[in-house]
Amino acid sequence: MAEQPHTPTAVEARGGGGQRLRGLVRKEFLQILRDPSSIAIAFVMPVVLLLLFGYGVSLDAEHVPIAIVVDHPTAETADFVGAFEHSRYFSPVRLPDMHVAQRALLAGEVDGIVRIRSDFGRRLRTAGGAPVQVLVNGVDANNGRIVSGYVEGVWSQWLQHQAQARGQPLAQPVQVQQRVWFNSQLRSRNFLVPGLIAVIMTLIGALLTALVVAREWERGTMEALMVTPVAVREILLGKVIPYFLLGTGGMALSVAMAVWLFHVPLRGSFWVLFACASLFLLVALGMGMVISTAAKNQFVAGQVAIIVTFLPAFILSGFIFDINSMPRVVALLTHVIPARYFVAQLQTLFLAGDIWSVILPNALALVIMAAVLMGASRRLFRKRLD
Amino acid sequence: MAASALQPQPPGGAPGADDDIALRFEGVSKTFLAGKRTIQALRGVTLAARHGQVTGLIGPDAAGKTTLMRLAAGLLLPDEGRITALGLDATRDALAVQARLGYMPQRFGLYEDLTVQENLDLYADLQGVPKGARKARYDELMGMTGLGPFTARLAGRLSGGMKQKLGLACTLVRPPRLLLLDEPTVGVDPVSRRELWSIVYRLVQDAGMTVVLSTAYLDEAERCHAVLMLHDGELLGQGPPDEFSAELRGRTFLVNSDAMSKRALQQRLSRNADVTDAIIQGEAVRIVTVEGAAPSADTLLPATQGVTVQPVAPRFEDSFVTLLGARQREADGGQRDFTVAEHGAGGAESGAPVIEVHHLSRRFGDFYAVKGVEFSVNRGEIFGLLGANGAGKSTTFRMLCGLLPATEGKLTVAGVDLRKARAAARGRIGYMSQKFSLYGNLSVRQNLEFFSRAYGLARDRRATRIAWALEQFELQPLADAVSADLSLGYKQRLAMACALMHEPDILFLDEPTSGVDPLARREFWRRINALAEAHVTVLVTTHFMEEAEYCDRVTIMSAGEILALGTPAEIKAGARTAGQPDPTMEDAFIHLIESPAAGHG
Repeated sequence: MAEQPHTPTAVEARGGGGQRLRGLVRKEFLQILRDPSSIAIAFVMPVVLLLLFGYGVSLDAEHVPIAIVVDHPTAETADFVGAFEHSRYFSPVRLPDMHVAQRALLAGEVDGIVRIRSDFGRRLRTAGGAPVQVLVNGVDANNGRIVSGYVEGVWSQWLQHQAQARGQPLAQPVQVQQRVWFNSQLRSRNFLVPGLIAVIMTLIGALLTALVVAREWERGTMEALMVTPVAVREILLGKVIPYFLLGTGGMALSVAMAVWLFHVPLRGSFWVLFACASLFLLVALGMGMVISTAAKNQFVAGQVAIIVTFLPAFILSGFIFDINSMPRVVALLTHVIPARYFVAQLQTLFLAGDIWSVILPNALALVIMAAVLMGASRRLFRKRLD
Repeated sequence: MAASALQPQPPGGAPGADDDIALRFEGVSKTFLAGKRTIQALRGVTLAARHGQVTGLIGPDAAGKTTLMRLAAGLLLPDEGRITALGLDATRDALAVQARLGYMPQRFGLYEDLTVQENLDLYADLQGVPKGARKARYDELMGMTGLGPFTARLAGRLSGGMKQKLGLACTLVRPPRLLLLDEPTVGVDPVSRRELWSIVYRLVQDAGMTVVLSTAYLDEAERCHAVLMLHDGELLGQGPPDEFSAELRGRTFLVNSDAMSKRALQQRLSRNADVTDAIIQGEAVRIVTVEGAAPSADTLLPATQGVTVQPVAPRFEDSFVTLLGARQREADGGQRDFTVAEHGAGGAESGAPVIEVHHLSRRFGDFYAVKGVEFSVNRGEIFGLLGANGAGKSTTFRMLCGLLPATEGKLTVAGVDLRKARAAARGRIGYMSQKFSLYGNLSVRQNLEFFSRAYGLARDRRATRIAWALEQFELQPLADAVSADLSLGYKQRLAMACALMHEPDILFLDEPTSGVDPLARREFWRRINALAEAHVTVLVTTHFMEEAEYCDRVTIMSAGEILALGTPAEIKAGARTAGQPDPTMEDAFIHLIESPAAGHG
């Protein structure tokens, strides 16, 4: 050969890993732009899920249908019933007698019955006070507790009101002064929406990488990539970098919806939130990468991503179900769910502020998880087909 | 000196390496686990491919070609044995080997949602081609592949032949010393095939590259410097192609007869004990005889007038079939005759049209998959649809079977207008689809049972038909085997048997022989011939040009339109020129594509 020979290492050194990585990242962005499916996952899915769960899931009892049976109507009973009617927690219906009311309870038309007996007015002024019978549908235990609690609240408020009207202080041995911190209106949405963001980002992060790597296997392009001098590290980074940026966009959109659509207060600093979210996104993308080393078609990758990441995050992250009230074994299990740490961070950042004693330990857990997952995908991903 | 980096690197590397050999396998075995079964993909293969040559790896589907290619590229680990590529251990130094070789996988490895230019840029980045050297290299590659005008087009929108060339350009963006091409020509039209071969030759001659190329087309063997013949994971032989055929010198003849149709002649000849292979070639029958036989018109066909026997040069395919056939006869004791009951139903006389197609079109979005197609098929005829992948053959078929409504046009099958009474027509037709469409987890018998029930056969008739199928398709020993475990050839047999359970008058076969070995192909055509003799009408699609010779009439399709229609002889006659006095079907195809006016005029 007339030309001066060059060893491949010389070529590699000139081009270098930077060039290969840039090439892979550019390719990935072009694919994102041309194939709407990853954009749909990153932007459409969080919007749909947030709207669905943000509006659909609420742990607040409002406008609870309740039956009121008054055995012997008087001015006082009318006043008491009025207190229910003005409460935003109840939608009372007056029913003539207990039989009708019980039937309504059985049919599920009302969640509870408040019965005011005929001696209500007389016993109101005795030492023992007037009894009000409350029957609550306890099938939904949580709702039952809330309803009975609210009824008590209405009752005690009405008593205070009565006492003030008569100008005599109500004899109460202990005065309970309630102060609710962080979420003073007790809107469940305020802590559900931040938790929801964590759950949604788990799914999006894992799905994005798992699907796009599986797509390369399916279309045979991975085989062609593997015989180029590209390193495994470059293939992995070539996926993580673009989808990290895309995922950040999805995250920003979710936070914007939480603040401006659901009016969840954001008390912590934006940059701390950004840092925590980025860290968590790396963990979620890492889960997708690990899945993709095993699942080589898009259908399986999608199924596995949902079952392995989304469902556990939904149930075990503490987003709906309080981890402290879980059985010990299950509570221990939640430690391997990355969303658990991010839910804690998000709820704190949104409702309380930059509380470092919460942010930092959880961030540490996420750093470890990101490192483990990225390391695992690096080890499991081989430049080979068998 | 940027350009010098683009020259193939000279042999370097391991000391003591045999400098003449670019790729060497020594006792290489590889097994795969598929569910609970182990598949022995390669059994102790030892081979060598020389520098500066085109080495063809030839064998039917599932012979182990792709496994061999992937092993050479360091993508798979061998269970046993040693693989040396360019003097380096392909298993231990996979990265170093990959930096020196180019490998084009079967599906070309293109990103379909990237443009031609973007694909090139990506592979240039990955292969570390310096920016300054790119322009010259791209120009060279685009000139070589003729893709220059299409750089802005998405790779997914290219035709099969153009994709193949782009895939090649991407692997060549940094010239490798060893180029591995896995089935680059399968399913690609003959023109693109021819162009690919001329590119390959140029790479070897001008750039001193070594090429190893796998193919299922036996006629491509003759274009290689050396051939590796692979079957069922074993290497049957290696060497220059003419060395293979040299063994058969004096044993190959063309037989002609005025008195008999070529199909009847072939049938008679194949029953002769001295004849190991008989296929239709043009207007004659090509035979291979046993060693030492000196055939004449009298010994071959006694008491027949006007028979001429003319010696011809042996081809690579002859030796492949002889080698394989000898093995198979050891295994199962040769072939039997295939019998089909006479089809008198339908009332149509032989020769009357049973399928009529007028101005048939099918549009997907703004793309015409089939456009203005017009033909008719007579009873008992074998009618072939020829064309490359994407020519519109399968779409035409699906419309004829009533599986896909036509956008425009009129379709009559067995006297029934398909627009009005699809179900009625379906009862009269049998359809064998391109992909294996049987239930893989059912046994052979259960599949036959299912399909005969699905066609509404009564119990007695079901029993007789299943017995017929098991016997005639030689499936009896495998009746209780799970279908998914059958070899490709047996799967094709079972699929054809299932399509025949209700004794249809018309049989549609969509690429029935793609991927099977030449013996299985011959057997398949024997059955098709027997069906036609029993007045069953057979429509068959194929991308094997030589199979057109087995049909009574063929139509050549390209880009959804019919380029030519007629008997194989008529079509070849249309391509006869001074330079090409005796064109093959492939020559005729290329002639038609290159002069579009001839196709329509």
